Parts: sequence; C-alpha cells; structure tokens
Amino acid sequence: MGILEVKDVGKRFGGLQALGDVNLSVNERTCHAIIGPNGAGKSTLLNCFVGKLIPDTGSVMFDGQSVLGRTPYEINQLGISRVFQTPEIFGDLTVMENMMIPCFAKRDGAFRLQGIRSVAGEKELRDQAEAMLDEVNMLDKRDMHAASMSRGDKRRLEMAMCLVQNPKLLLLDEPTAGMARADTNNTIDLLKEIKETRDITIAIIEHDMHVVFSLADRITVLAQGTPLVEDTPDNIKGHPKVREAYLGEAH
Amino acid sequence: MLGLNKSDTRLLLIVVALVAAAPIILNPFPEGSGLAQFNAGYPDLMQRFVIFGIFAIGFNILFGLTGYLSFGHAAFLGAGSYAGMWMMKLLSINVIPAIIFSTLIAGVISVLIGFISLRRSGIYFSILTLAFAQMAFSLAASVLTPITGGETGLQTNLNDPRIFPEFLGGGSSIDGNIPKPSLFGIEMTASYQLPIGGWEWTFNWGYYICGVVMILAFYMAIRIFRSPFGLMLKAVKSNQQRMNYTGLNARPYMLACFVISGMYAGLAGGLMAAMDPQVGAERMQWTASGEVVLMTILGGVGTLIGPVLGAGLIKYFENIFSKINSNLLHEWFAFLPDGLEDFLVTIIYPFIGKGWHLTLGLMFMAVIIFLPGGLVEGGKRISRAIRRPKEATAADGKTNPAE
Ligand SMILES: Nc1ncnc2c1ncn2[C@@H]1O[C@H](COP(=O)(O)OP(=O)(O)OP(=O)(O)O)[C@@H](O)[C@H]1O
Ligand SMILES: [Mg+2]
Repeated sequence: MGILEVKDVGKRFGGLQALGDVNLSVNERTCHAIIGPNGAGKSTLLNCFVGKLIPDTGSVMFDGQSVLGRTPYEINQLGISRVFQTPEIFGDLTVMENMMIPCFAKRDGAFRLQGIRSVAGEKELRDQAEAMLDEVNMLDKRDMHAASMSRGDKRRLEMAMCLVQNPKLLLLDEPTAGMARADTNNTIDLLKEIKETRDITIAIIEHDMHVVFSLADRITVLAQGTPLVEDTPDNIKGHPKVREAYLGEAH
Repeated sequence: MLGLNKSDTRLLLIVVALVAAAPIILNPFPEGSGLAQFNAGYPDLMQRFVIFGIFAIGFNILFGLTGYLSFGHAAFLGAGSYAGMWMMKLLSINVIPAIIFSTLIAGVISVLIGFISLRRSGIYFSILTLAFAQMAFSLAASVLTPITGGETGLQTNLNDPRIFPEFLGGGSSIDGNIPKPSLFGIEMTASYQLPIGGWEWTFNWGYYICGVVMILAFYMAIRIFRSPFGLMLKAVKSNQQRMNYTGLNARPYMLACFVISGMYAGLAGGLMAAMDPQVGAERMQWTASGEVVLMTILGGVGTLIGPVLGAGLIKYFENIFSKINSNLLHEWFAFLPDGLEDFLVTIIYPFIGKGWHLTLGLMFMAVIIFLPGGLVEGGKRISRAIRRPKEATAADGKTNPAE
C-alpha cells in the first residue's frame, strides 16, 4: 500500500473530460514524477489531492484516510504541503513573515488565538525558519517584500514554506519553471538531500526532463486525463508511446 | 519595555505624552485673541478626540490587518452606548461597570453579526455589515423602544433604580439633582482650570479617564499587530488561498478579529455614554459607520497611529470649521478692498459652517489621490525629505518593512 492511493479518479469540466479513471499509487519515501503535455490534467490531479477540487468519481487515500470532503487546511494538517504552478505566497509580507506562518500552522494547528505573545519572541520557530531559508540560499532576502522578488525566488520561498512544515507528502507543481539554470540545479540538490535525510514522499509535476530524471524513482505519463504508462525512469526514456505522446511533442 | 520593541515603545510614549499634554497643546492661542476659536483644548472636544480614537483603532484592527471593510461598526458603538446607559440607570452611576458592560454587549452582538457577515468577503461582506447596522438602527428607533427609548433616546433620570447607589462611590442624588457619571465619586465633568498669562488650560477628569483607556487600547493594538494572531490576520489579507493550503483555518481568526474590533467600538460607545449620559438611535446610523472608515483611511490604514490622527483631524474639522460663520470671514478679510472682500467671502463661505463636509470631502480626495497611505505616509515623506540631504548615499536600496 502506498502512502497516496488514487483510485479511478475522474473529473469533468463541462464537456471536457479533464481526468478519466486515473489510478496511481505513490510509495512512501519515493519521488514520483507526473509528466505529460500541456493540458493533460496534471495540475487538476494535484487539485484533487489537496481539497481544491472534489473529483466526480473515485477515491484519494492518504496515509490510510480519505482526503475527499476535507478542507484544504485539514488536508495540510494531515501532512500534505503543496507548491503551486503559479507561486502562492504572502506577497504583502516579508520573506521571514512568510516563513513564520507555516511554522505557526505546524506548531499550533489550524487555529490558536495568541494575541499577546510577540512573533519576534518566538525564538525556536524563528531559528527553524532561518535554517530553512539558509537551505534555499535566501537568508539574505529575509527582510524583503515577498512580492518584489523574482519568480524563481518566489518559487524557492514557496518551497521553503512547504518544507519547513516537514510534510509527509510534498506536492510540487513545476517547481523549477522560471528559475535560472543554477537555481534549478540547487533545487535538485536540495530535493535530493531532503529526500535522503527526511521521512518525506514527493510527487512532482515537471516539464524539465533533467529535473525529472535526476529525482524521480517512478514516472507516470499523463495524456488527455489518463495515465499512459507508469514505470521507472530508464524504461520511460525508451518507451515508444511516451516518445509519441509526450517527448515528441515537447521536442 | 512592556513586551514592545524599541520603536513601538517610543511610539507608545509619544502617544502618552500627547494625551497627557493635550489640554495645553490644543490651546495654542491666548484666550480672547482672534485665533482663540481655533483652540481645541476644551473637555468636550478632547473627550471626543480620544473616544473616536479608540473607535478608529479598533476599526483598523479589522480593516487595516485583514482588509475586510465593515460598514456597520456604528451598530457596536450604539449598542455600547445603550448598554452603558443601562448600567448607569440600573446599577450605579459609576462609569466602570458601564464601560465594562458596554464592551461585553458589543462583543456578543459582534459574534452574531460577524458569524453571518464573514461567510462572504469583499464587497458582499461590506454590504452585509451595512445591512445589519441599518437593521440595528431601525430596531433601536422602533421595536426596541422599551430598551432604547426609541426616537427620544435614553437619558439618566432622577428616579432610575440604581440598585447600588453607593457602589464604589457612585454618586448620590441627595440634593435632588440627577447624579452625574462619576468614578469613585469624582464627576466626569469635574475640571481644574489653570490660567497662565493670556492662556487658560482646562484639565478635565472625564478626558483623562478616556485618555487612559485610549492608551490602554492603543497598547493592546500594538500587541495584537505584533502577535502571531496579528500575523495570521495579515495572512488573511495577503493570500487566503495560501493560508488555507498552509493548514490554517481563516474563519475563526476572522471572527476573533471582528469581535475584538466590535468590542473596541462598544468600549468607545460606553465612554461616550459615560461622558455625556444620553444616547439616541442616530449613533447607529450608517453615517457614523462611514465616519470611522474616513478616519482610518485619512490617517493611514494598517498603521498604528494613523487612525488616531484621522479621528482627531475629522473631529477637529467638525467642531472648529463648522463654527466659522460669514461674519467672522468678513472680519478676517476686512483689510481688503470691499469688492475683493465680498468676493473672497462668497467663495469661502460654502466650505465653512454647515459646509464643513465639503472641506472634509476635498481633503479626503486629496489624501486618496496624493497620499494613499494617509497622514502617516505624509509624515514619512516629510521626514524622509528632511533626512535625505544628510544620508543621501546610505539610505539607498534599503528596504523598510512597513510600520
Ligand atoms: N477550474 C477549471 N475549470 C475549467 N476547466 C479547467 C479548470 N482547470 C483546468 N481546466 C482544464 O482542464 C484541462 C487540464 O488542465 P490542467 O491545468 O490540469 O493541465 P496541466 O496538465 O497542468 O497543464 P500545464 O502543463 O499547462 O500546466 C485543461 O484543458 C484546462 O483548461
Ligand atoms: Mg499545470
């Protein structure tokens, strides 16, 4: 049994069958990549995992519990954190404040009224947040306004915000899109290290094949809402159907 | 100090100093001089400055931190006043039970209104709060007449029960007068007059009690702004989606914020009743809700001191500009040739007296267009302009996290 079990998931948008009978099993402490052409339904599938969408059919089990019908914050509290395709950060706040919010959510749960204590006095959480910022090489940007940063930096910040929560399952939707080559390589190194040192499972959507083949233990190829094949990276590379449906189209 | 960092402590101390010295600062012109009518250092007005300051500080905790714009805060202000009046009628003329009860009642009502209004955000939230406040207003003016006194309103009377007339030195009515609201026997209207040279300063008990409450309210607001709770409220404003996917439930945070903000309004309403023991339904009218929005925006949304400045400015205009009449204008411009004098008076006349709203409107427009951050931003720009020549090289490229 995988930590994430997706059974017969289907989702329609009006006349469009965005997902049709997706079955997927992600094993604990592996990195599972989902690839496929634009509009294949990759992001839609992730949306079904985090409570953003409720699939029309099928079930999604995480760690033995169904996530369907749970709100996004409940699902996060179960241990799933997600990086979005377009960065979702707290743009009005500083980088450090962005980091503190997930720290509080992890320590104090979905709601806890603390109107008198000061954020500045939360030494332990601040240390955690700073250590994480250091890991993504952003410590020097700690007092910057998040909205004023480059797209690549926003992505790195969002990833740091997810990682600082120490999630059981990390969902990444094109985490390196818009990043400079060097930052992409740093991200690969970071994720490799995280995978080795932490008890974490990663599901990643990525168009950059260098990233996919550096990280993935298994790959699912999605086309028009249905999985074409699921296999190891080596087998996927040589798979004729994949070349035709995906790698061919992506040149 | 007191759990605040250096700059917050400094801000708090400045506010304390201003509140303490207001009777002097606000009376800069000698008695009897032509400019004496611009003096604002009389008890009535100073009480209003700080009471509306409390109202605006509380409003800003909601609007400034979360971006949720309530158009119904007058309902809490009015409810607080009614609650305070009843305490002074039934329990004791001492103001302490009155302001405590007014805060609590406003809290209870804001739980109800907040619970429903917060199901929506943006303009729909604003409309819901407005609708609730208008309902409260018409209920107070009609159906609830036994509680609110309807159109005539509520006053303290000689034959009010006041079951603990002597409670904490609560006033007595031995000499057949209606007892005045008091604190441990000291009446709110009691003042100490200090004439020095041409000046006359009035140190009023009621004002200083309101002032101390405002300082406490301001201090609480600073703590909230700097707390994890305050951070969550900023998160609501910035990106609710990210907040949800980060494992946080925005609803209870919003409700808590709404209730705290409503309690500030109730406290302000209670103090109003304590300073001037009468209240009518018009205190709940939408114009009163709109006024606190103006105060907050004028002073600087989301800043700590802005709402207090905005409240002071608007109350000053309301009371001082509205007192200028055409005779006065003629007096001022008497040195000009007659034709020019009449011309100037004709032009300025619509902006004074009853027309002070026009002046306020123009001022508001100017601030929105040229200083979207309000008076606080104006102050920052000025201090930057003064400092620039000195540290032109050093300051560049530094980012200042918002106050
Ligand atoms: N909320 C929605 N309402 C209607 N249609 C949607 C919605 N979300 C996605 N779609 C459609 O579903 C299809 C799958 O979209 P999805 O975003 O999952 O693709 P994707 O594989 O992530 O593509 P990309 O690589 O471009 O990100 C697309 O045709 C898209 O237009
Ligand atoms: Mg996508």
